[in-house]
Amino acid sequence: MAEKGTLKVKTGLAEMLKGGVIMDVTTPEQAKIAEEAGACAVMALERVPADIRAAGGVARMADPTIIKAIMETVTIPVMAKVRIGHFVEAQILEHLGVDYIDESEVLTPADEQHHIDKQAFKVPFVCGARNLGEALRRIGEGAAMIRTKGEPGTGNVVEAVRHMRMVMGEIRRLQNMPREELMASAKEMGAPYELVLWVAENGRLPVVNFAAGGIATPADAALMMQLGCDGIFVGSGIFKSNNPAARAKAVVAATTHYKDSKILAEVSNNLGEAMPGLEIASIQPDQRMQDRGW
Amino acid sequence: MLIGVLALQGAFREHEKMLRACKENIETRQVRLPGQLEGIDGLVIPGGESTTMGKLMIEFGLLDPIRALGSRGVPIFGTCAGLIMLAKDIVGSDQPSLGLMDISVERNAFGRQVESFEDDLDIPDMGEDPFRAVFIRAPYILSVGSGVKVLAQFGDKIVFARQGHLLAAAFHPELTGDYRVHRYFLETAFVD
Repeated sequence: MAEKGTLKVKTGLAEMLKGGVIMDVTTPEQAKIAEEAGACAVMALERVPADIRAAGGVARMADPTIIKAIMETVTIPVMAKVRIGHFVEAQILEHLGVDYIDESEVLTPADEQHHIDKQAFKVPFVCGARNLGEALRRIGEGAAMIRTKGEPGTGNVVEAVRHMRMVMGEIRRLQNMPREELMASAKEMGAPYELVLWVAENGRLPVVNFAAGGIATPADAALMMQLGCDGIFVGSGIFKSNNPAARAKAVVAATTHYKDSKILAEVSNNLGEAMPGLEIASIQPDQRMQDRGW
Repeated sequence: MLIGVLALQGAFREHEKMLRACKENIETRQVRLPGQLEGIDGLVIPGGESTTMGKLMIEFGLLDPIRALGSRGVPIFGTCAGLIMLAKDIVGSDQPSLGLMDISVERNAFGRQVESFEDDLDIPDMGEDPFRAVFIRAPYILSVGSGVKVLAQFGDKIVFARQGHLLAAAFHPELTGDYRVHRYFLETAFVD
């Protein structure tokens, strides 16, 4: 009998997105530009993170009208965001038929203690993480894909780098540990022991790991790929720049050819202004999106 | 034997792993630029997003050289997006393809991701044991030309086919631990 919504099928779609770029879009027109540029998926939103940050207030799941219009416009997978812990927003998105749900710190959390039980859904989830313990907790809840959080809406890659180095470093540390130390490590990280064992044995996360939060240039994308991520999310970086089509295409090329400095130099030419960046230290502690999630 | 794996986007590393594990003396090479096609004995086009792959193949000048390779008789195996790339006809789409295989394909033919599934597939050429096939936003083959052998169907839908040195699967054998499909490619496509 055909089995739908299995872990294999959920993680499998993430495997197919690898080496690709997932772009935030707010209109069908932007979705078309992203698809034309070679995006492997789009994230349907009402506002990109930079605008959410500027607007303040409570950020929620997008209006289904926008999501449906984008789904009708492109043939590549369409993702959409729900608030952390807001399982009813997730039920709505599953009903709409989105291809992936992002339980995202970019939106205002709906629950300050618990994330969604993602195993209860047929649609796969991607979740943010700043370190290995957080990634493994999300996977334990059923996330089929992880992305490092970075600091969304800043155009500043420093936090994405910090989180990717943290996750990769912790994986290497587990690999070098004698088995008897892994339980204490699981306890320290607050991560499920079985997943800690798996990571120690296999030397990687059990699901695909993308980079996100602050990527604004082709060089940023290639940097994250060289640091070991499987693919790239670009939020505000494309449509807050002054030539989105050219920048989107360049980021896609840079993600594929991330080790080829000749191509990276070529595609970095004449892209116009990148999005204006934000110094992380200038963000009030309570406005830091990466601290949302538990 | 050196098998190239198109590495523009998608599950190319899984194919490399499968190829190297399923038979002795197989080497693999990631192909992102035309020069990397030189000297390969066969090519795998992995699953991924076919629109993304098609655009990158044009941008980096891979479409014509790969088409030439296939026309010359170099074995090519495409899975999912790779199957779409091999097809002569993609229903309702003008996206670029190699047009090497005499098949007509329907994209995302089973529906969106929530309709993605896994199931046991009977593949007579691969023995009695069913093959656990993973279909992800999968295409299927609507019709085949006279030179194409249908290897497996899911209900009335063609999901696995061969045209001489060209092999196409709508599912993802690279996501399972079952080497039979990769071994079949290495054993049959290289016969002549």
